[in-house]
Amino acid sequence: MATLSLSTALSPTLALACAPLLTGIIAKTKAFFAGRKGPPLLQAYSDILKLLRKGAVYSTTTSWVFRAGPVVSLGALLACCLLMPFGALGAVLSFSGDILLFVYLLAVVRFFTVIAALDTGSPFEGMGASREVFFSALVEPVFLVCLLALSGPAQSFCFQDAIGKGAQISLVPALLAGFALVVVMLAENARLPVDDPATHLELTMIHEVMVLDHGGPDFAFITYGASLKLWLFGLIAVRAFLPLHAASVWIDVLCTSAGMVVIGIVIGTIESVTARLRLLRVPQLLAGAAALALLALLAQQGALP
Amino acid sequence: MDTTAAIFAVAVFVPVAASLAAILLKPWPRLQTALGAGGAITGAAAGLYCAVRALFLPAPETWNSPWSMPLGSLSMSMDALSALFLIPLFVLFGLGALYAVEYLRPVPRERNAAIPWFYYNTLGVSMALVVVAANGLLFLVAWEIMSLSSFACVLHNHEEEGSREAAWIYLIATHIGAAFLLIFFLVAGAGVGSLDFASIAHHAFSPALRGLLFAIGLAGFGSKAGFVPFHVWLPKAHPAAPSHVSALMSGIMIKMGIYGILRSITLLGHVQAWWGFSLIAIGSVSGILGVLLALGQHDLKRLLAYHSVENVGIIALGLGAGVLGVSYGIPQLAFLGFCGGLLHVVNHAFFKGLLFLGAGSVIHATGTADIDALGGVIRKMPLTAAGFLAGSVAICGLPPLNGFVSEFLVYAAAIKGIGAHNGPVFAICALSIASLALIGGLAVACFTKAFGTVFLGEPRTAAAAHGEAGPWMVIPLFVLAAFCGIIGLAFWKLVPVFAQPVCILTSLPKADIVSELSTFAPSLRGIAIGCVLFLACTGAVYLLRKGLLHKRTVGASPTWDCGYTVPGPRMQYTASSFAQPIVLFFRHVLGPVQTKHMPASTFPKGWSFRSHVPDLLLDNVYTPVFRLAGGMLSKLRWLQGGKTQAYVLYIAMTLIALLVWNFVWPR
Repeated sequence: MATLSLSTALSPTLALACAPLLTGIIAKTKAFFAGRKGPPLLQAYSDILKLLRKGAVYSTTTSWVFRAGPVVSLGALLACCLLMPFGALGAVLSFSGDILLFVYLLAVVRFFTVIAALDTGSPFEGMGASREVFFSALVEPVFLVCLLALSGPAQSFCFQDAIGKGAQISLVPALLAGFALVVVMLAENARLPVDDPATHLELTMIHEVMVLDHGGPDFAFITYGASLKLWLFGLIAVRAFLPLHAASVWIDVLCTSAGMVVIGIVIGTIESVTARLRLLRVPQLLAGAAALALLALLAQQGALP
Repeated sequence: MDTTAAIFAVAVFVPVAASLAAILLKPWPRLQTALGAGGAITGAAAGLYCAVRALFLPAPETWNSPWSMPLGSLSMSMDALSALFLIPLFVLFGLGALYAVEYLRPVPRERNAAIPWFYYNTLGVSMALVVVAANGLLFLVAWEIMSLSSFACVLHNHEEEGSREAAWIYLIATHIGAAFLLIFFLVAGAGVGSLDFASIAHHAFSPALRGLLFAIGLAGFGSKAGFVPFHVWLPKAHPAAPSHVSALMSGIMIKMGIYGILRSITLLGHVQAWWGFSLIAIGSVSGILGVLLALGQHDLKRLLAYHSVENVGIIALGLGAGVLGVSYGIPQLAFLGFCGGLLHVVNHAFFKGLLFLGAGSVIHATGTADIDALGGVIRKMPLTAAGFLAGSVAICGLPPLNGFVSEFLVYAAAIKGIGAHNGPVFAICALSIASLALIGGLAVACFTKAFGTVFLGEPRTAAAAHGEAGPWMVIPLFVLAAFCGIIGLAFWKLVPVFAQPVCILTSLPKADIVSELSTFAPSLRGIAIGCVLFLACTGAVYLLRKGLLHKRTVGASPTWDCGYTVPGPRMQYTASSFAQPIVLFFRHVLGPVQTKHMPASTFPKGWSFRSHVPDLLLDNVYTPVFRLAGGMLSKLRWLQGGKTQAYVLYIAMTLIALLVWNFVWPR
């Protein structure tokens, strides 16, 4: 059923409020591994606020498409937040098939980020855009099959039944899908080993190089949008590993929140202990994830012992 | 009923008659254009009225009259299924005519301005006849007129070698398809004794014959629809034709193949499961291969043509799911599959028409269709760019436009199939979902490439810096974009329209279809609410940005180029380099060709690089086979000496032979 209820406004509020915190946890973990003190936990908030207070400089090559890019992208990500339940807390908008809307809204984000990058006429941004669309095209089937496996028994393809309060998946497919989802999360959010958010060489970047020319409030939208996207993917992965049926909503929310902290630490750890893959190796990583996703789907169908 | 028949007669005769009359008025090209376009638009308006009316009629509207042809009758029928094809047909036909008023100018002095109009109008009308024909012979005649008039349209620039080659390939492809259709109707009619659709539909074919007929029909109609491996004519014919014709050919004409498949399903009766499996398999291959080949193209219209292959693939995925639903008795699967496939037929007509018209405007203004020679066109052609962007978003299946809704339905059908607890159905539906997702991702890659390289950045050549198209070429774009938006946001209101056509296809009682529809309605409403929320969020962010930048300094400077001091437009990423990672990843399927002359020695003299994605099927299969056939058939060339007397002799000999046959074996 399509339900639009405001009592569920808590899940998007949590996402909007806490998403930059997740990047803070990752940074802290990486600092711990490097033996540094690292930036404060709330650094991302300060960065976004600082950017929001600035003016803007636009390239003379660009058109309105460049200005529309961050606005449409953040708009789509905000809409994604409205579709995403936080554990047992429902989503604002939930209906059978909402997962597809979510996936295609993310494609909108990608589409507009890429054309904004191409609008600058910069070869570096073109390079980043080219890699982004390539990897995303390979990630998309994996992501959908994972979600299909998670939402399996209910056949509704609805977040509520896949990772929300209606989740009823058994352990094996959930775990298989969970591992695939972690790879999907890393690939879609420009994390190691697919992309290095901390690199300083434009030639090797994927996501960061696409937004080189954005500044001021536009860049604040992009940074905030990126943290929202990471939050949403992290939440899906966490819930895949936590197919629990807690007695109370609040225990469930507490477990999920703890899971989000853990996923931040996990991402930080992965980023600290792995090197970046060569670009040509990334499809192999994604093929591995695709195999896991397919196994998850088969296991969920009872085709595996 | 008679008034509707009269109005439909207007739709059929006025465009042809007006353009025929226009041919006689060569000294007044403006009048010719007015007659051609006026006829087309009048016909389109009349036809649209009939089609919209037929959509809501419970029973088909039929018109019969005898015809002197053996086995033929001028019997026509317009049911909701025909209407669903007729509506986009007439919309695109009328808008294309409006567009062509400006697009076809200036007319070279030695040309007759009415000739292209005659072919265009005949093409539009013949397709309408194909859709309403209720007799095999009438259908074939209309089909042939459609093929020949579109062949003549493809030959528009017949001075160019490439154009003639394209038209030639198209003519051969379409006639091979027509040969299958001839067999189809002969075999079907032989058992029945009549070619009237009503009698064929009542005849009970044996299961084996039904399967055989479906396979023949799939080959014949599939070659028109452009399924892989019959797609090779599309990327040749669409770029050669004028853009308003490409829009009509890609938007509607290839759908005549889809219509044919659907109509043969209704004629043959009880569907067999393997039809569904093969449709989904063909759909997956066509979809993925179509978008991959599109990614490798440098010619804007060739790219769009390959995308048509992709989109008929998506349509086949939907229809295949529908067939599976009928044959396994899963009404929801049947409803969602057919509904998704049919909606994608309509949607593709709108967004592909929009894209071809937009591409035509760019080509008209700049004189080139080479993507890598363009760039920065948005500055001189902002309206065309906006229209093309809307079309790109729609064809990628992104919310809030119409492409998303139809892909959503096809996905939903496949998800239903996954849960059907049937091994083969599960496997094919999983394939369908994975293919759709891959197609979606690759389509985003392809259209960010096309839109980004053509419209954004700096002009790569002097040709790219030309002005906006006139209003007649812009208005149709915005009308089509509006259709895309309306279907995207209001489909949950429009969906009851699909109940009747699905009812015809599935032979399920209408009450069942309506109840399936009501169980699915919340999802469609959910999509609409989600899209509105997305638009609202975007609007809010826009206002926030506007408020933040209010009274702040907004400066301008060159693009950041990492310290390089002499940036130039040639430094930009080209379409080829943008697509290169994907093309290389799929190199075993695509077989890209790179010709490199790298700088050598201490003082290099020069270097060059070319890359090209060939159509392997055309180069490695069709060309050798047809060359062989051509070589063998040339031995019969003495028959065709060009002497009229000899031809008269052939006719006489045939007549005598027939007389002798009739005399020796009297009936």
